[in-house]
Amino acid sequence: MTLPSQAMPEAGTAPAAAGGTGGGVSGPAMAGRSPAQLMWRRFRRDRTGVASAIVVAFFFLVAILAPVISALYGKDPYTTYGQSVPGLLNEYGYPIAPNGGMSGEFWFGLEPGLGRDVFMQLVYGIRTSLSIAVVVAVITTIIGVVMGIWSGYAGGKTDYVIGRVIDVLLAFPSQLFLIVMLPVVEAAFVSPEEETPFWLRYVSICVVLTVLGWATMSRILRAQVLSLREREFIEAARVTGASPARIIFKELLPNLWTPIIIQSTLALPLYVGAEAGLGFLGVGMTEPTPDWGRMFLVGSNVYHQDITYLVFPGVSMVIFVVAFNLLGDSLRDAFDPKTRR
Amino acid sequence: MFRFLLRRIAGAALILLIISAVTFFLFYAVPRDPARAFCGKICPPANLALIRHNLGMDDPLFVQYWHWLVGIFAGRDLVQFGACPAPCLGYSFATQETVFSAILDRLPVTVSVTLGAAVVILTFGIGTGMLAAWQQGRPVDKVASASSVIGASLQIYFVGPILVFFIVDSMGLLPRPAYRAFTENPLDWFVHLLIPWVVLAMIFTANYTRMTRSTMVEQLAEDYVRTARAKGMSGPTVFLRFAWRGAMIPIVTIFGVDLATLLGGAIITEQTFTLHGIGELAVRAVQNTDLPMLLGVTLIGAFAIVMLNIVVDVLYAVIDPRVRLA
Repeated sequence: MTLPSQAMPEAGTAPAAAGGTGGGVSGPAMAGRSPAQLMWRRFRRDRTGVASAIVVAFFFLVAILAPVISALYGKDPYTTYGQSVPGLLNEYGYPIAPNGGMSGEFWFGLEPGLGRDVFMQLVYGIRTSLSIAVVVAVITTIIGVVMGIWSGYAGGKTDYVIGRVIDVLLAFPSQLFLIVMLPVVEAAFVSPEEETPFWLRYVSICVVLTVLGWATMSRILRAQVLSLREREFIEAARVTGASPARIIFKELLPNLWTPIIIQSTLALPLYVGAEAGLGFLGVGMTEPTPDWGRMFLVGSNVYHQDITYLVFPGVSMVIFVVAFNLLGDSLRDAFDPKTRR
Repeated sequence: MFRFLLRRIAGAALILLIISAVTFFLFYAVPRDPARAFCGKICPPANLALIRHNLGMDDPLFVQYWHWLVGIFAGRDLVQFGACPAPCLGYSFATQETVFSAILDRLPVTVSVTLGAAVVILTFGIGTGMLAAWQQGRPVDKVASASSVIGASLQIYFVGPILVFFIVDSMGLLPRPAYRAFTENPLDWFVHLLIPWVVLAMIFTANYTRMTRSTMVEQLAEDYVRTARAKGMSGPTVFLRFAWRGAMIPIVTIFGVDLATLLGGAIITEQTFTLHGIGELAVRAVQNTDLPMLLGVTLIGAFAIVMLNIVVDVLYAVIDPRVRLA
């Protein structure tokens, strides 16, 4: 059985498909290429896409290599340098040196009040936020894919029930629900007298973001499955006696990778934003765990006196989200050259 | 039309019922001891017992939910706080006022921020989108799409303080954002909310620019536009009298979604500019574990979203006569 997405590597089909993007392939031999190769070629030619992929990769590297950066830089995100070393913070707790205390010693300056190193706070904050966003993106994608395919393929009552659950989820005021659910989820594990441990807050943020996050992916995939289900190749598979599992994994899933990858790329910056929003509202990760979003909370309290502090988390987040959105757009173009934005 | 409305409202009521039940049971069933959660971090045993009794927690959970639900329509008598008139969502444990009146007090703030921002967003978004479609492929188009990518990636809590710092603190052009009653001094109201509106517009306009542009481009390729052109109608007339109508359908759709996001996003907006609206109420309620308030705010928020969806559906029919509501 030939799937539409797995075009036979015949000579002739590949150049025709590549020619569709506008840039003709000039080569003497017409070699066959797999869809993945075609996609990679299209992506490589997209300069914006490559540039944004590099920026995104840089952020992930920073997050992964945070301990290495810390060792090389010689500081950590927990020590309150401003309080232990005299001459760094003034009597009100603001950095004495101009521009938020930026210097060769403290690259991005000092945190007002506690006097921690802003550069380290940011690096470790990115690590915390990105790890949450990645975890949530992976889990929501899995749940969304399973639910979407299930409701689209099974149809009938299953579809109706899942559809109504999604209706309700999408009708919730999500941001409100996020902050409202956090204490509820936590209360399920610790009594109010106990201090919330670090990992629990981490887990509850992931849980809450996941509960609200999977619905979009599921809805998109359901629509795709609904149309695919009626196509001839699925019917052919069914007639030849393929089991539902085979049809789902071997026939449907290969045709769904494009929307899955695009949708999860678009969702990840949203989760970074949502996690940062929680931090900003003071219900995200708690001290002393460094958190990208909580830096905005600190920043919004001190910006009248020290605007520099806010610039670093702010600018880095804008760069990250812009790069990620551009990457998502480029991926979409590379996967599906027909849909021009 | 009438039947459509009736059916949609019935559906909306059902969704609200489910949401209220889900939130109620989550809040009351999940914590080990709801009364303990109501009581706050430091809780004398006497208070705890009193709260437990007054919450009617001797009753099964379903009965409690039923009382709460009936209270919304009929009002109820809460022993500890006294009577609670008709739309009764309970009493706040933190401030001892009825949840409904607390929400009502803060409603003007949230509505002013949201609707004001919506006006700015729609005007600029559709305006620049049309301009970009008109000037397809020229510099205006490119600037519009580039700025829309950046705009959509901005965060309220980053751009907000930056703008306040430069416009208010450094240059003193505008007063610090605050809420002034519109009925007392409209100009004052306007000036104090201008920065929040602009910040929200920077973030949300992008979507509309992009959407308006692409649908306008699509519409301009439609047969009826060609017919109008062939009749000798001038370009601007076709553009302004016909093409925009079709382009408005997707705009209305995302506007419904965004208005809901704006209302929900009021939390972050209000926190950024220290405005005392419903969003701020929610954050305070979370900090105080004020469950009746949280329930009330969630329900009101969901109510707004569900109602907006119905309005959007009706608007489809108003804009495009081909859409039949049945």
